[in-house]
Amino acid sequence: MNRVAIIGMGYSGFYAPSPDLSFREMIFKAAQKAYEDAGNINPRRDVDAFISCQEDFWEGIAIANEFMPEQLGGVLKPGFTVSGDSLQCFLNAYAMIRTGQFSVIVIESHGKPSEINTLDSIVMFSYDPLYIRPIDPKNIYFLNAIEARAFMEKEGISREVLGHYVINSLKRGLKNPRASYSRTKSLKSYLDEEFVVEPLSESDIAPLTDAAVVAVVASEEIAKKLTDTPIWIDSIWTTSGTSTVAYEDLSFDYAAREAGNKVFEASNIRNPRREIDALEIDERFSYIPLMVLKALNISSNIKEDIHSNIFEVDGEILLNPFGGALSEGNPLEAHGIARVLIAYEQLKGLKRIKGSKDPERILIHSRRWPFPRTTTIALLSR
Amino acid sequence: MRFNIYVKNRVAVVGAGLTLFRRRLLETPQEMVWIASKKALEQANMDFRDIDCVISGSAPDTFDGVHMKGEYYSEGAGSYGKLHFRVFVGGGTGVFVPVAGWWMVASGLCKKALIVAEEKMSSAADPHPQAVFRHIWDPLIEKPLNPNLIWIFALEMHRYMHKCGVSKEDIALVAVKNKANALDNPIAQAAAKITVEDVLKSEPLVYPVNRLDISPVSDGAGALVMVSEDVARRYTDTPIWVEGVGFALDTTSWTNRELAFPVYVKTAAEMAYRMAGIENPMKQIDVAEPYDPFDYKELHHMEGLGLAPRCKAAELTKGGVTQRDGDLPINPSGGLLGVGNPIAAAGLMKVAEIFWQLRGEAGKRQVRKPVYTGLAQAWGDLMQIGTVIILRR
Repeated sequence: MNRVAIIGMGYSGFYAPSPDLSFREMIFKAAQKAYEDAGNINPRRDVDAFISCQEDFWEGIAIANEFMPEQLGGVLKPGFTVSGDSLQCFLNAYAMIRTGQFSVIVIESHGKPSEINTLDSIVMFSYDPLYIRPIDPKNIYFLNAIEARAFMEKEGISREVLGHYVINSLKRGLKNPRASYSRTKSLKSYLDEEFVVEPLSESDIAPLTDAAVVAVVASEEIAKKLTDTPIWIDSIWTTSGTSTVAYEDLSFDYAAREAGNKVFEASNIRNPRREIDALEIDERFSYIPLMVLKALNISSNIKEDIHSNIFEVDGEILLNPFGGALSEGNPLEAHGIARVLIAYEQLKGLKRIKGSKDPERILIHSRRWPFPRTTTIALLSR
Repeated sequence: MRFNIYVKNRVAVVGAGLTLFRRRLLETPQEMVWIASKKALEQANMDFRDIDCVISGSAPDTFDGVHMKGEYYSEGAGSYGKLHFRVFVGGGTGVFVPVAGWWMVASGLCKKALIVAEEKMSSAADPHPQAVFRHIWDPLIEKPLNPNLIWIFALEMHRYMHKCGVSKEDIALVAVKNKANALDNPIAQAAAKITVEDVLKSEPLVYPVNRLDISPVSDGAGALVMVSEDVARRYTDTPIWVEGVGFALDTTSWTNRELAFPVYVKTAAEMAYRMAGIENPMKQIDVAEPYDPFDYKELHHMEGLGLAPRCKAAELTKGGVTQRDGDLPINPSGGLLGVGNPIAAAGLMKVAEIFWQLRGEAGKRQVRKPVYTGLAQAWGDLMQIGTVIILRR
């Protein structure tokens, strides 16, 4: 089977609001950079297919796929939308290239939440119309709060532990120029915050940001022609959560466990904590990385591992070493590709941490926001 | 793009199932998906537990009134804990879902995939589901004009009639044929024995479009089971192989295009033909289900697919070539005009019909000539995308 590599990436934004650019202009800028990074490819000539990951309601357009081709240079070429997180675009590109029928595929994802006037209503529309909406929950994060509480109670995780994770993560983001929301924060100021919805306060929820990210993915044959430093997609899988949340044990992330098992099996990984160098985990809520570490068998004692700084620079395995979504913001469906972007930069040696060796293999995780838990996990290596 | 004739895993369709297509089905989207999936699995001699991947498709979320609706309805296909994603290319989605299913199986990532398409249009928007289409336009350039979808199809139909010298009467023959074909389809919503006169005298909507030129608003779901070759041989003696897939997305600026000919359908078809080794589609395709939400679109798409010379599809229709007992049966299912148009499910219905035709299991709808190779096609977005799949027995 063909190996699949990322050979170019580009982005625009990671700030909000962004009134100076339309979403199509943002994509155009990101695409220009990605094509240049991929060895100055010409999308009209060199690309076999284009994939966009987006959701109509976020766009405010009933068929958002219509507005995809121009800014990517993909007019009258194969193009389609995956209605999901942008890591699912990578899953499709990976499968398409492995058939041998496609050689070069462009992936695009963007989010422009600053132009959404009715975010709360849209999130409510993602809930089951028969079983959840009639409850008329007053806070759009109520399901995440229930999940956070179930997990924290089961694992004995207090607000102090969560705070410890949050303040470290926000600090790590200071090294990342895209991390507009990174900052130094004391544990006291975290604990003094009012709840948005108990047990989550403002610093536990990633703020929204506008961004567009484009990636060029290629077969091994093409990748080796165009770059000396391809970043390989070793394995990738997505596992569906359920929109009927009453079915689920909310204290354990089953979708992350399943997706993780699939990629570990495909990449022959037996001990992820030892065999993976860094993790880029969805951090749109502070408790999610901790849940995922548990589900992936990377940490059996979250509380202890957080307090012992296992996931910091001198620890065993790097976790969101340049800050996750709490620092970078939440660009909606572009979150997964934003995690790929930062992993790509680390694997290429473009982002380095003083005193730490460059990672060779990074795990990427992204799940739907805010619910259900549908999760995609990929393993990248150099 | 290279054309790899050595795809490691050949992909077969081994089961298909559809719900009724109706204007107000009482079932929820999840229930409709479950019904279609169950039928497809029964035909494949499988159960939900046998499936490792679910690939789904549906058109605008606004119809079902659920944001991220793929996450919602897919539960009816037993997606929980399995690989699932939703693809979406507007009206072209129904044929595109098995295209995506093809690469998931051909790549080796999935062995047994359930392919589902769903649409629940009737409960959307007030006073009519058409209102959803107010929000498909360019927000700066087109939306202020408040266009309606039927208006732009009226423009396209008019342009086609003018450029090709086709009359309203010629076009109405398609509606007459497809609604009559649908009389033999047990799921059909708009089957009828009508005349050209009936079409011409039906309520005018936007000239030249009359009420009977258009397919109805529908609810419905469809499902296929797609498997790799080694699995197919274990479950059936008559697998139907996916031999070609194609899709192409044209510019958003539909006003800048020649509307008389769907170049995006031609491009998509060429991709699928190259993969399937088809050089002369008029001779090598035995039966076809081109997308027919409007009667003129069947003619338009036949020409885009190379199943008729340019501007000659109406002549073939008039000459009876496209009838079920004709030389090139077109839409033997009854098409969207006769069976109904729950958008994504309608496209998948076309693939299911080709599957049954090639297996000789279409019952009263079975075409008279022996069939070996069939084609299904859909179209969507802003008159912009063509999706094509070629099946062979």
